[in-house]
Amino acid sequence: MKSRDSAYPSFKIARAFWALALLVSSLSSIAAASGPMANGPVPLGFGEMYGKVSPLGIDLSEKLKSLSGKAVVMEGFMAPPLKPTLEFFVLTRVPMSICPFCSSDADWPYDIVVVYLREPVMALPFDRPIRVEGRLELGTKTDPETGFVSLVRIYATRLSEAGI
Amino acid sequence: MTMRKKVLWEKVLLAAGVLFLSASSALAEPELVVLPIDRAKFLAGQKFDMEVELRGAKAEEIKVLLDGKDAAGFFGATPVVKKEDALSSYRVDGVALTQPGAVKVEVEAKAGGKTFRKSVGYTVAAPEKKRAKNVILFIGDGMGLASRQIARILSKGITQGKYNGLLEMELLNDGLALLTTSGYDSLVTDSANAASAYATGHKSVVNAMGVYENSAPDPLVHPKVENIAELVKRAGGMSVGLVTTSNITDATPAAMVAHTRRRAELNFIAGEMLKADVVLGGGSQQFLPQSTPGSRRKDDRNLVEEFKAKGYAFAGNRAELAAAKGDKILGLFNLDNMNVYLDREILKHPDVLKDFVDQPNLMEMTKKAIDILSRNENGFFLMVEGACIDKQLHAMDWERSAYDTIEFDKAIGIAREFAAKDGSTLIMATADHSHGVSVTGTYHERDGKTGRHGVRTYANAVFPTFADADGDGFPDNPAPDVTLAVQYANHPDYYENFKFHDKPTSPAIMSGDVAVANVKRAPEGVFYPGNIPLDESSEVHAADDVPLSAAGPGADYFKGIMDNTEVFFGIVRALGLDPTKKR
Repeated sequence: MKSRDSAYPSFKIARAFWALALLVSSLSSIAAASGPMANGPVPLGFGEMYGKVSPLGIDLSEKLKSLSGKAVVMEGFMAPPLKPTLEFFVLTRVPMSICPFCSSDADWPYDIVVVYLREPVMALPFDRPIRVEGRLELGTKTDPETGFVSLVRIYATRLSEAGI
Repeated sequence: MTMRKKVLWEKVLLAAGVLFLSASSALAEPELVVLPIDRAKFLAGQKFDMEVELRGAKAEEIKVLLDGKDAAGFFGATPVVKKEDALSSYRVDGVALTQPGAVKVEVEAKAGGKTFRKSVGYTVAAPEKKRAKNVILFIGDGMGLASRQIARILSKGITQGKYNGLLEMELLNDGLALLTTSGYDSLVTDSANAASAYATGHKSVVNAMGVYENSAPDPLVHPKVENIAELVKRAGGMSVGLVTTSNITDATPAAMVAHTRRRAELNFIAGEMLKADVVLGGGSQQFLPQSTPGSRRKDDRNLVEEFKAKGYAFAGNRAELAAAKGDKILGLFNLDNMNVYLDREILKHPDVLKDFVDQPNLMEMTKKAIDILSRNENGFFLMVEGACIDKQLHAMDWERSAYDTIEFDKAIGIAREFAAKDGSTLIMATADHSHGVSVTGTYHERDGKTGRHGVRTYANAVFPTFADADGDGFPDNPAPDVTLAVQYANHPDYYENFKFHDKPTSPAIMSGDVAVANVKRAPEGVFYPGNIPLDESSEVHAADDVPLSAAGPGADYFKGIMDNTEVFFGIVRALGLDPTKKR
């Protein structure tokens, strides 16, 4: 399962941002705690994203497609990031026991959401669920800087720890 | 040491390291490296790339002599010589040693008024008479001796200390050997390096397959050695099959066909699967063009369509596998690794299987592979891997691992049935490496004791209560009243309750570059601090030797303690492959 390549980037600096990140999250969670309003973001679960999934590919669910371009709120886990100055991170259904960014033979599960951030410097705990609000975007897109390919994205307007 | 202190120390050490490196690059002696390495063994006629590197200097001249003759003349090939500031190289590609016996290689490089010399020796094995028409190599990934025994306890049962039966793999008793597993770079191997030894007869390095490691950053240009799939095609006109429960691009099947320094070159490896005639497993994500949701390709190649255009039938589920016709097949039954037997065939939890509710099992895949491959009158080479025996031990889930070991064993039973009728098939069952797992006794809570107090040792252990009422070889319940106490020699920080997990759950999760215990693994479990580095989130491979059992013509080759590269020589000996002759 894991036999890590020796050449992988280091993320040690990420820890330095945690104090800042927690501050940001605690501030934003005050606003997030009120939950979705009638016209607020639509809750979207990981299990609701796809229609049929087969070896020949994934069909997006009607719900997901209907929410394209609209405000959604999702809960999941933040995967260990590619670099500490994040412009995006990967939201996963369960906490990652591997780090595909750091271990070149590990791969992402297919049900992931890439979250783009307005502020580049931000990090949240990796082992507790987080809540992401923002505009949903669908379709294959390659991140110009990193080459990371995503299918489902959220342009986040608000991040917080879930359940706070 | 606190985390903050550790980070500081790392910075200090890093700075010191940079200083040391910049100082040492000026002072360090250039190193002369000869690939293949000293004591490499070849089948006569087996093709390989030979490369000599002078690392750390610009050579004025590099001379390579084989048995006293210049390499260019010896091989009848034109070498490619590169002389750069910190690296010089001399390389001849696609050459072969055709005379059995010993070969002495002497290398001399001149740089900056100094002469560097190195001498290595190779052995060339003579082609043998043909003993077997077919070879089926079963690789239980990570299936050490303890995994075999756990499967025997669960599948066959034990009464008053005597087992009620033996596993199929334990009935392969014309040859029995213990294999050493190390690569040439490190004591502890990985599945790429280990499978590469079986596929080529040469050791490699961790994460590599079918190559020796040179200095090139590009993983696809390292010097190659011809592998078993290429050899049986070229020298035998045989068919090749690869069957696994993991991604088909994963290290073990990949090493049978591909040459890369990095096993992570999954897009490339998927294309190399066209070297095989039967390709069955998981991992369609590497075969779909990047525009298809679910794809993990970084290009627009649609390999499913490429395979079809080359005459392969395609199967995406159990029913399609059963119905598939033709002499070639690509069967991909999951986007990623296939689910494990326990989840796929018994528990069937919708959260775990999602839409993949009709994945075939390893027995069905093995049967189909043999049905198709055995139509080739020249014979076949088939590799069948029980991939998740390893993956589940990494996840410290011995029950899921054990059910997959039993599934793997039943697939061996399918091969034994074929071999009994065919009469000319060598079957081998082994592992590629081991894991640090052992049965310590049993575990139960009949008297209310839990956790470590519920682990029963010596006389208190008595026997577990696994039952198999339907006689299918798989215990009806993975969590009986008295289960096994299976303990791990190495682990990350984790929680243990000695109980079965209804859903697969990782022992630790990554938080930055530190693995932290996953509280969801064992509710009310006890925390055990890890005994491996902080960035290891799973149980890791062990260096133990692994058993190999073999039956059929050529199985007599396997006895005593053998190097893992000897698996290759046992295969080519049985098949009587002679790549020195043109077909």
